[in-house]
Amino acid sequence: MVIVLGFEGSANKLGVGIIKDGVILANPRKTYITPPGEGFLPKETAQHHREKVLEVLRLALNESEVTPNEIDVVCYTKGPGMGAPLATVAIVARTVAQLWNKPILGVNHCIGHIEMGRLITGAKNPTVLYVSGGNTQIIAYARKRYRIFGETIDIAVGNCLDRFARILKLSNDPSPGYNIEQMAKKGYNFVPLPYCVKGMDVSFSGILSFLEERTKSLLEQGHTSEDLCFSLQEVIFAMLVETTERALAHCNSNEVLIVGGVGCNLRLQEMMGEMCKERGATLFATDERFCIDNGVMIAQAGYEMFKSGTRMAWKDSYVTQRFRTDEVETTWRTD
Amino acid sequence: MEGFILVKQGAEARLYQGTYLGRPVIVKERFVKNYRHKHLDDTLTKERMKSETKAIVRCKSVGIPTPMIFLVDFNRRMIFMEHLMHSMVLKDYIEQTPLDILFQLSILIGVTLGKMHEGNIIHGDLTSSNMLLVNKHNKDEFLDLNELKLVLIDFGLAHVDPSAEDKGVDLYVLERALLSTHAITEKIFPKIMEGYQESYSTGYKEVFAKYKEVRARGRKRTMIG
Repeated sequence: MVIVLGFEGSANKLGVGIIKDGVILANPRKTYITPPGEGFLPKETAQHHREKVLEVLRLALNESEVTPNEIDVVCYTKGPGMGAPLATVAIVARTVAQLWNKPILGVNHCIGHIEMGRLITGAKNPTVLYVSGGNTQIIAYARKRYRIFGETIDIAVGNCLDRFARILKLSNDPSPGYNIEQMAKKGYNFVPLPYCVKGMDVSFSGILSFLEERTKSLLEQGHTSEDLCFSLQEVIFAMLVETTERALAHCNSNEVLIVGGVGCNLRLQEMMGEMCKERGATLFATDERFCIDNGVMIAQAGYEMFKSGTRMAWKDSYVTQRFRTDEVETTWRTD
Repeated sequence: MEGFILVKQGAEARLYQGTYLGRPVIVKERFVKNYRHKHLDDTLTKERMKSETKAIVRCKSVGIPTPMIFLVDFNRRMIFMEHLMHSMVLKDYIEQTPLDILFQLSILIGVTLGKMHEGNIIHGDLTSSNMLLVNKHNKDEFLDLNELKLVLIDFGLAHVDPSAEDKGVDLYVLERALLSTHAITEKIFPKIMEGYQESYSTGYKEVFAKYKEVRARGRKRTMIG
């Protein structure tokens, strides 16, 4: 029996999760929400995490009814992410690990998403679409690593959505992407937007520039905000589904797993499901509890690492803003 | 599609095998993608059918082997092209061929890509699935490289561009696709570059600089959770 405590705070979500051999005992989360038209900045986000982290940790311990001495290992997000928020949370993880005399493990955030997704959905060896505010990657496992087949060559898909929400001054509560999704449901006139796929890579910055320049005039011409949200979703999700399908065909795989914050968008799931149906593949997706950054995902990846013998020296328990998915050797996967 | 049999469903199209005007053909049908908005699907399909045919014809003019095209039918979303009967996909070939032969082959791949880029053709989706090794004498033998020719396929994302940037991206896309698929990539990719330099000596320096730049951009990309 292994009990793992996981800390996550690489962006504007702060989460603490506790997991016991694949069973989630607690997974509370607090989100730093900025006013409409504004994004979250490192300094303020770190301050938010500093103020809330002990409260969230207390919540997790209470909810799970686990006492500190039962915990086997403390895990935290080593990267990638924003420097200040990462460091804030890592300090707390290091402190409690030393206070309680537990080993510590730094976890790659992206691997956290993948392992969480595999645990919740039961997908065995899926081609993974990882889509969030900071990342857009198409990943498949091969030879002891999660290999990146395709990715964005500029901004992440979630970043594109967030920034479009800022142009329209949509609320950031609960998240800009959620509000775009709701608006898109009421749109039906398709406005053509740039479509940019390069092999298995995608690009979103051109679409965003296009919208930054023309949203005002498009609205004046009689298009509605709802139509723009609808068209944006249709175009960028089509790009993601297309590149995922390419990777799927290239790897002869028949499972797709969507993870990351944008992954809880139902329209994306619907489109991906349609593609999977056409080629006899299975789609695995989760809802906002697990798609969006949380503490348990870090605990679960840490659990896999810990069980397969990975240990970390104290001097290595730093954070790094740049930490690619394919840098981690997946010691826990033997296939 | 009477008399035609479905042989493969790729990412973008279904491939059928059959006979057209007495010749063995492959029909590439870019079928309707239901997940995509109709307007988007129609535009993309038409664009890509055009790119594919244009690039294939242009490749012929610079001496790069590509399948012959017999018919382009926008209404049925189909391209009828030559069926290369005695061929093997590079992806499978790499996994079952000794390293010394692969080194020679890599030079050939590089030479071919260099020639393509010299003609300002950007493939847009270079992977080991999009290159075929075809036996010149209609036999199913693939051991002697002198008996084989390298044929490029799947030009749906191709375009014509003289810029070093796009050529650099093309090479980077290939490197990444190979790295994620084949354990041996680190050994053979330098050979590909060697062949590339040999055949595209005028543009190599600039393209290689761009390729390194694009690669650095990719590797150093900040990834925020």
